[in-house]
Amino acid sequence: MARFTKLTSHAVPLPAENVDTDQIIPARFLKVIDKSGLGDNLFCDWRYLADGSPNPDFVLNEPASEGAQILIAGDNFGCGSSREHAPWALTAWGLRALISTSFADIFKSNALKNGLLPVEVSDDVHRELMAAVQADRAAELSIDLEAQTLRCPGGEVVRFEIDPFAKHCLLNGIDQLGYILSFDAQITAHEQRHA
Amino acid sequence: MTEPRTLFEKVWSDHVVVEEPDRPAVLYIDLHLIHEVTSPQAFSGLRARGIGVRRPDRTIATMDHSTPTLPRDVALAGLDVLAKKQLDKLAANCEEFGIEVFPWGDQRNGIVHIIGPERGFTQPGQTIVCGDSHTSTHGAFGALAFGIGTSEVEHVLASQCLLQRRPKALEVRVDGTLMPGVTAKDIILGLCAKLGIGGATGHVIEYTGSAIRALDMEGRMTVCNMSIEAGARAGMVAPDETTFAYLEGRERVPKGAAWDEAVARWRTLPTDPGARYDKTVTLDASKLTPMITYGTNPGMGLGVTEPLPTPDDFDDPSERAAFEKALRYMDLEPGKPLLGHPIDVVFIGSCTNARITDLRAAAGIFAGRKVKPGVRAMIVPGSHEVKKQAQAEGLDAIFKAAGAEWREPGCSMCIAMNGDHLEPGQYAVSTSNRNFEGRQGKGGRTFLASPLTAAAAAVTGEVTDIRTLLMS
Ligand code: SF4
Repeated sequence: MARFTKLTSHAVPLPAENVDTDQIIPARFLKVIDKSGLGDNLFCDWRYLADGSPNPDFVLNEPASEGAQILIAGDNFGCGSSREHAPWALTAWGLRALISTSFADIFKSNALKNGLLPVEVSDDVHRELMAAVQADRAAELSIDLEAQTLRCPGGEVVRFEIDPFAKHCLLNGIDQLGYILSFDAQITAHEQRHA
Repeated sequence: MTEPRTLFEKVWSDHVVVEEPDRPAVLYIDLHLIHEVTSPQAFSGLRARGIGVRRPDRTIATMDHSTPTLPRDVALAGLDVLAKKQLDKLAANCEEFGIEVFPWGDQRNGIVHIIGPERGFTQPGQTIVCGDSHTSTHGAFGALAFGIGTSEVEHVLASQCLLQRRPKALEVRVDGTLMPGVTAKDIILGLCAKLGIGGATGHVIEYTGSAIRALDMEGRMTVCNMSIEAGARAGMVAPDETTFAYLEGRERVPKGAAWDEAVARWRTLPTDPGARYDKTVTLDASKLTPMITYGTNPGMGLGVTEPLPTPDDFDDPSERAAFEKALRYMDLEPGKPLLGHPIDVVFIGSCTNARITDLRAAAGIFAGRKVKPGVRAMIVPGSHEVKKQAQAEGLDAIFKAAGAEWREPGCSMCIAMNGDHLEPGQYAVSTSNRNFEGRQGKGGRTFLASPLTAAAAAVTGEVTDIRTLLMS
C-alpha cells in the first residue's frame, strides 16, 4: 500500500452532503476486472453533460481544481454501496486525502486500504475550511499524519482523530493482509475449537 | 455469574481470534459470499502474492449484478462484452481456487442475499461477509453479517479473517401491530426516515419488539437488508421458532441429531435480560402508514398521504440545501403530496423485496386488474428457486395477464448495470433499496416503496395509497 506521511495541496470544495458511492462511480462503470481507468469516470454523472462534454458548472472541471490532492466534501461522504471502486476512482484522479465531518463506515475502511486519508473535522472547522477554499481556490492545506494535524489556509492548526492501527499502516505503507496472516497459528486454533 | 450480553456481543466474541491492545480484532468469518463485480481484483491480489483461498468450503459464489434478466438465449446474443468478461472471470477464478459457484442460468442461481438464506447457508450465530453492502440481510437469522470492500474480500479469501473494530450496539425496538397494507418495508423506510441516512453509522442494529417478532423471516430480511441505508454496519434479529421453522430441512442446514444440537446452540443467542445497548431507538408499528421516498436518499421518506416537506422545515442550512438539490433532481414541488404523482415504471425485485412472499403480495394486487397503459411493470424474482415457486403457484400467470413483465432472476434495475434501467427523467416506484441519483439509470427518478405500494402504482399509473385498493 502507498505510504501517507505529509501532504500539502490546494483543495476541491464539494459542499454536497451524503455523497454516495453511486455518485462517486456509477454502477455501469463497475464492469471491470482490474482497477484501471476509473479516474476518468469519477463523479461521471455530475462531471459530464448529456452529450459527453465536461459540465462547466461542476467543480472538478474548473481549472483551479487541476492537480488538487485534497477534496473537501459534506457530511456522511461515501454512503451507500461497498464498492472499493470509489476510492480507486478518487485516487486514480489524483486525490490523496478527503476532509468531511463524517464518512460512511465501509467507505472509510476502503479508503484507508488505498492510501486515501479520510480526515474528520468538526462542523465549525469544516464550515471555515469550505468557505476559505471556495474564496481562494489556490489556498493550500497541509496534513501531517504523524502529528494528526491539519493546517488550514489561514494558518490555524487543528488536530484530527484517526484509528491508531490505520495510522500505523498508512505511515509505514503496511499491508493489513500480511498482519492478519501473521496469526496463522491462532486462526488454525480457532478453526479447531469451532470445528 | 457472567455479565448479561447482547446477541451482537455473543456472536462477536465467539469469533474473535486475536485482539491485541490498540489493534482491531482479528475476526473469524464463517461464510463468505462472492459475486462477479467486487471479487476479480481480490483474486488478482491473491495471485500476485502467490497464495490460495484458505477455506474454499466456506466460500460461495453467485452471478447476479451484471447478469441480464431476459430469457437466456436472447440475453446471450446481446450480452455486453464487459459483463461477459466479468462472468467468465468469476467462473475461472472459482474453478482455479475450488470454490462452489452458482453460475448465471443455473437453477440454484439468484441474488446473493436471496440464495444464502434460501439454501440454508445462512445460519444463526454465524459471521457472514460479502463484497456488497446489503449483506446485512442475513442478520435476520441472528448472524453478524456485513458488507466489505474488495481489499477485505481478498483478506477473507486468504485468511478467512478480517480486521475489525468492535462497532457499537443500537437497539431498534419496534412494538405494536401493523395496520393492513403496512409491511416490513414500511417499518424500515420509517426507520430510515427517522434516523436519517447516516443516523446509525458505527453501529450494529438489533431489531427487537413485538412487531419484529410478528414478522416472518422474509419480512425480517427486508428490515435487516436496509439497515445499511441508515448507515448501520449490520442489522440483527434474535433467532426464534420462526427462524428455526424457516431453516429446518433446507439444503445446507445440519440434519438429524446435528440439527437438534444446532438449534440448542442457537437458543442461547438471544440477548440476555439486563444486557445493555449503547443506544435505543423506538418505533411504534401501529402508527406507521405505507411509506414512500421522495428524495435522493432512502432517509428522505414519508407516509404516502403526507405532503412533501418545504425548505422551511429544515433548520440546518446544509440539510436544506440537500433537500432542495434532491427536489430539483426529482423535479418535485415542496409542500405538495406525492399521492397521485404519475409514474412510468414499476420495479418489483431486488434483495430487499423479491422473495416469494413479496411476489405473493404483489400478485394479490395485480389479480383481476391491469397495468395502466403507458406504464412498464417489471417483476424480477430474486432467484430461480423463487421463480419456480411463483410459477408453481401461478403468480407468473397473474402478472402476465395484468400486462406486467415476468423476468429472469437477477439484481436487474436495482443497480442498472445489466441492461435493465430507467430512461432519463422517468419516474419509478421500486421495491429496491436505493433512490440515489442515477441508481436505476442515468437521470432516472426512484420512489422506494413496498411491493404492495409498487403494485398499486402499476395498476393506477400513479403514486397510490394501497389501503384505498385494499378496501375496494
Ligand atoms: S439487488 Fe441491488 S442491492 Fe441487492 S445485491 Fe443486487 S444490486 Fe445489490
